[in-house]
Amino acid sequence: MNTSDNVVEMHSISKGFNGVSVLKDVSFDVRKGEVHALAGGNGAGKSTLMKILQGVYQADEGEILIGGQPVAIKSIQDAKAAGIGMVFQEFSLVPSLTVAQNIFLASEPLSAGGLIDDRAAVRRAKEIFADMEVNVDPRAEVSRLGTAYWQLTEIAKALSQDAQVLIMDEPTASLARHESEALFELIDRLKQRGISIIYISHRMDEVYRLADRITILRDGRRLLTDALTDVTPGQIVEGIVGKKIEGQMAYRARDHVAHDGPPLLEVHGLNAGRRVRDVSFALRPGEILGLAGLMGSGRTELARVLFGIDRLDSGEVLIRGKKTNLASPQQAIDAGVALIPEDRRAQGLILDHSVRDNLLLPLLGQLRRGPLLDSAKGKELSSSLIKKFAVKVAHPHRPVRLLSGGNQQKVVIAKWLGTDPDILILDEPTAGVDIGTKSEILDMIRELANAGKAVIVISSEYPELLAVSDRVLVLKDGTVIRDIPRSDIADEEYLQLAVQGV
Amino acid sequence: MSKSNTISPRETAASRNFGTMLKELDWRRYVIYLGFVVVFLFFAILLRDQGFLSPNNLLNIFRQTATITVMAVGMTYVIACAEIDLSVGSVAGLSSVCTAMALSQWGLVPGILAGLAVGLVVGSVNGALVSLLGIPSFLVTLGMLGIAVGVAQWITASAPQPILNDTFNMLFGSGNFGPVPGLIVWSAIFVAIGAVVLNRTRFGRQVLATGGNRNAAEFTGINTKRIKFQVLLISGMAASVAGMLYAGRLQSGRFQWGAGDELSAIAAVILGGTSLFGGFGSVIGTLFGALLIGLINNGLILAGLDSSQQQVVRGAIIILAVALARKK
Repeated sequence: MNTSDNVVEMHSISKGFNGVSVLKDVSFDVRKGEVHALAGGNGAGKSTLMKILQGVYQADEGEILIGGQPVAIKSIQDAKAAGIGMVFQEFSLVPSLTVAQNIFLASEPLSAGGLIDDRAAVRRAKEIFADMEVNVDPRAEVSRLGTAYWQLTEIAKALSQDAQVLIMDEPTASLARHESEALFELIDRLKQRGISIIYISHRMDEVYRLADRITILRDGRRLLTDALTDVTPGQIVEGIVGKKIEGQMAYRARDHVAHDGPPLLEVHGLNAGRRVRDVSFALRPGEILGLAGLMGSGRTELARVLFGIDRLDSGEVLIRGKKTNLASPQQAIDAGVALIPEDRRAQGLILDHSVRDNLLLPLLGQLRRGPLLDSAKGKELSSSLIKKFAVKVAHPHRPVRLLSGGNQQKVVIAKWLGTDPDILILDEPTAGVDIGTKSEILDMIRELANAGKAVIVISSEYPELLAVSDRVLVLKDGTVIRDIPRSDIADEEYLQLAVQGV
Repeated sequence: MSKSNTISPRETAASRNFGTMLKELDWRRYVIYLGFVVVFLFFAILLRDQGFLSPNNLLNIFRQTATITVMAVGMTYVIACAEIDLSVGSVAGLSSVCTAMALSQWGLVPGILAGLAVGLVVGSVNGALVSLLGIPSFLVTLGMLGIAVGVAQWITASAPQPILNDTFNMLFGSGNFGPVPGLIVWSAIFVAIGAVVLNRTRFGRQVLATGGNRNAAEFTGINTKRIKFQVLLISGMAASVAGMLYAGRLQSGRFQWGAGDELSAIAAVILGGTSLFGGFGSVIGTLFGALLIGLINNGLILAGLDSSQQQVVRGAIIILAVALARKK
């Protein structure tokens, strides 16, 4: 291997926390102008490895070479000075400042008098965006922009500091498909300019679309580093999960849908705000309905209306054939509807509270003994939920924030299933969850439907939608444009075309 | 790059007309100016016979607002940084008595230095406890409120400390600088420096960044602990100057000076559009927030309300204004 081509080399990195080894003798290198995918299940050590490169942590053993020179990266500033830029998964901009102010935060251009020259900052931000060939208004306040623009701002910020290597952690997690495509094109252009990208993603199609090489970590060790042309998707999944889980994303025909009975949920001519327009559909017991559509197509908004968060302007909702007023989440819960929200950390969990308290939160009404809560009953109930949903937790007293993303999601689902809802709405149920847990969650959804519940699944990941849905509603601009039985959908491409409205 | 091919993200296929621009304007941040004008016109019409609009009365409003304005400028930094300082009122009281006592013992310069030292010490202690020990500023400064007022009462045995030094009284509040009342000059200096530093210096930008998203600021290389320390120090120093303005205007130092001013100062900052959640601050808005409070006080006195009624109306107006200006 020609060493001079490597912008970054990490040799035999080991790292432990409190005596628990997280990285064991991991070597990793990035060539100039390549996209290097980094994959691995939750807890495989990806983020620890990247945090060492970013200067957040220091390695216990091993060395880092940048441009062939050994460097000590002891802080984020050291990493930046060495040309390492990062695009964070959880965005790290200041929402109340403008795009240009964020790009040049702490390195603002100063005028002769020593005051900040915001006009120069705007001008330079424009130049950077022009180089990136994207259109962003540097004067716009970040809080008013969509996530796609946040990301572009972060990339511009890194480029303004002459980053040679960009670390992108699940960059498409919150992007719609066309925004992702724009990002991929940007990555291609950055590559041509000789900028290297470390691309962390769970999404196989993206890895194949973008990456030149892939490194897979498992349990803190490097499993392989190889050119993508020499690796099959099966190998990657196998590498991540550690066992072959063939067909887990495949659709399994289920015959539990009660076709003859009355629908559990009927929606007629529903209008709400600008994002839900004249939506009608019916949902039967035992049925899993997939909602497909681009970001902004009204999927989440429809779910919010059905759960009583947003008011409907017109139209009606019938549950078990009865017209139901859904003016508040409490009314929706009483009517047997549960929503598992998109952003579990912000909307689904109280992170600092224990697993048990989170599980019992929607159930407090059932746990009353006189004016007090029946804690023995609560313990029993939460333990049974933890067991039933196989949540991996050391003790129910532990705060939820200590769990992995997948296990947090299981807690959210278990929490709502404790209320025994008939209609369950899941918004992006597997976002940011590793493949092993993903298939467990999909199995969970299937079991629920088999037990006679009606399920609505919203997902941007088509393979996942196709794996569970009996029927797919395609939304565009707030309206249902297609209602397709699963058996009519040949493959992902068919569904993508339907979503694009072609 | 020409203006036409820069697409601002909220711009859709529809062309950008005045209506959409108006809709995008974050009017909550500017509601103070509207509120100020509305209240001003209201009193101007209602109280036209009571001399509300007389130049003397208007100057009075400025004069009476000066101490609050000075404290509120410091408070703007603290709140924009997502912290709070409840000790400013009692720091002003302590500063007034320390200044008065040092003046009578050692003269003008030591008197001024003693007042500033109060702000320096209290501000540093507040800042150190918040940034180094990570104690919430609400609790630290609540404790300091009690300590400062207690010390001021203790060292004076609750007695007022008269100030007979005319130079001091003239400089700090009683006199005029040329044709302009000194108190107005002091407010103007604080507002001008405060506005420029917050908007146009790296320090000010880092205060906003720390308040807006501390993690992001930290990752960008900003020493957010130092910023938190500095904003509380600034607030303490501003409060000690406000205390000297009390001392000069009332020609005495007394532990009660400034009592309860922390609430007016916080109200002025919030009314002025600074976000209680940090990340956005406007010193000019704060000035108008303070003036609005002064305006309301003055109007209510002229309208003949007694002080208990004034408090009720003032409280209601502040809640209403903040409700209008709140985050969505």
